[in-house]
Amino acid sequence: MKDGEEKTAIIRMFHVYRHYGAKTAVVDITLDIYKNELLFINGPSGAGKTTLLKLLYLAEPVSDGQILVNGMNLTRIPRKKVPCLRRNFGIVFQDYKLISSKTVYDNVALVLEAAGQKRRLINKKVKNVLRTVGMEQRITALPPTLSGGEQQRVAIARAVVGDPEIILADEPTGSLDAAAADHVIGLLRAYHTRGATVVIATHAEELIRKAGGRVIHLNAGRLVNSDDV
Amino acid sequence: MRYLKRAVQDIKQNRFLSLVTIVTIALSILIVSAFSLFFVNANDLINAWKKGVHIMVYLETGVTETEVSRLQKLLHGMVGVEEVHFISRDEALNKLREQLPHQTFLLDNLKQNPLPDAFEVHLPPATRNWEKIEKLAAQFEKLPEVEEVEYGRGWLGRFAAVFNLFRLAGYALGAMFFMAAVFFVANTIRLVLYSRREEVEIMRLVGAEDRFIKTPFYIESMLQGAVGGIIGLATCSLLFMAVSSHVTPELFGGLYQIRFLPTSMLVAMVLTSIMVGWLGCFASLKQFFK
Repeated sequence: MKDGEEKTAIIRMFHVYRHYGAKTAVVDITLDIYKNELLFINGPSGAGKTTLLKLLYLAEPVSDGQILVNGMNLTRIPRKKVPCLRRNFGIVFQDYKLISSKTVYDNVALVLEAAGQKRRLINKKVKNVLRTVGMEQRITALPPTLSGGEQQRVAIARAVVGDPEIILADEPTGSLDAAAADHVIGLLRAYHTRGATVVIATHAEELIRKAGGRVIHLNAGRLVNSDDV
Repeated sequence: MRYLKRAVQDIKQNRFLSLVTIVTIALSILIVSAFSLFFVNANDLINAWKKGVHIMVYLETGVTETEVSRLQKLLHGMVGVEEVHFISRDEALNKLREQLPHQTFLLDNLKQNPLPDAFEVHLPPATRNWEKIEKLAAQFEKLPEVEEVEYGRGWLGRFAAVFNLFRLAGYALGAMFFMAAVFFVANTIRLVLYSRREEVEIMRLVGAEDRFIKTPFYIESMLQGAVGGIIGLATCSLLFMAVSSHVTPELFGGLYQIRFLPTSMLVAMVLTSIMVGWLGCFASLKQFFK
């Protein structure tokens, strides 16, 4: 976002809780995430970063409180509307979640096929995005033959190919070396520059310092503080 | 088209499971079609025999020509009677000689002709059911000149009753095979879903509608059902060709030639096997997507 520009909240969270039996992974989080913002969710392992992200696309249900995404109240959304909600997001998973029996092309194209787009348009968009992430040479490769960094780039390609408004990335640099990690963060920042809202959950403070943006800190499921870097 | 491509890809990727499902459905259809073949032909045979059913009205000894003539007019005038032929006792004896060419010595030794005069009463097709035949026979029996009325109820009726029992058993068996096949398909789909649960989960996470995920599975199951059904019927047809060359009309008194199942039944069986595939898939997906 540019200085002086009015902030519009694309995601609003009000006193959100997530319980697992006696344990509470997310405790009383009230937070606004703004349109075209680059937000880091920082915290140690077990702080609730992944859980918080999962609540946003309803991979886990909200136990208490309210979450609004583009005006959609996630606690009231009917089950059949959940796929529609998820198409607002591009998600980069911690463990990549690539389908090992499908090629790089098919993994990325899946998002557009699921959205019902035409074959020709899918072909064009997939090739473009793979070129952007530097994976066009491995278009027919299967994920098990790729390195961690390559798999993560394919995962990012799949997350962004549908031009989502919001990109969620859960520990996108988790198992990567410094160079690969820098490259991945660079890609995500590039999509932020193009207008996407990017939310990255990470414990890598060095990367946060390099990237800039707002940082919120979680500890034991609670929001501790919020900084601009 | 996209869904069909995915379904075919899935079948290729799970060749063994698909083959097992297809063979199970084929076997079920083979057994059901074999039973159906028996029932269709037995039913046709009974109907052919029924067509030949006529009522024999045996007269008392000593009935005069005048009485015979009057009786013939009376019988002909009754509702439900098409034709009446008089068979004299001498004619009856000659017919018997023709039917027993190797036992004529038995008839030669008879001191007198034991056979009675009789009327052979033929009925129009509309009247050839047991209730109407029985009513007519009861009317004939009341006539004073009539000693006995015979219309084959004894053996044909019993055969038809047994056949109906077999038919009911056949329906029950068919229903059991249907349920077993559905259960088997459901289990196969469950195994495929389980082996691809990660892929299905990823599709859901990236925003795929349930329809996008489920449709290829439905197409896959219906294709397996169709192929299984066609293979089952083709096998039945081959077995029929092998057997029918040894089964001649003479076995049924020249009345009947066995035939294969009619086209409508073949189409119904293929549609049923497609339905088996669909139902099995539906049951499995319902559980998986709960």
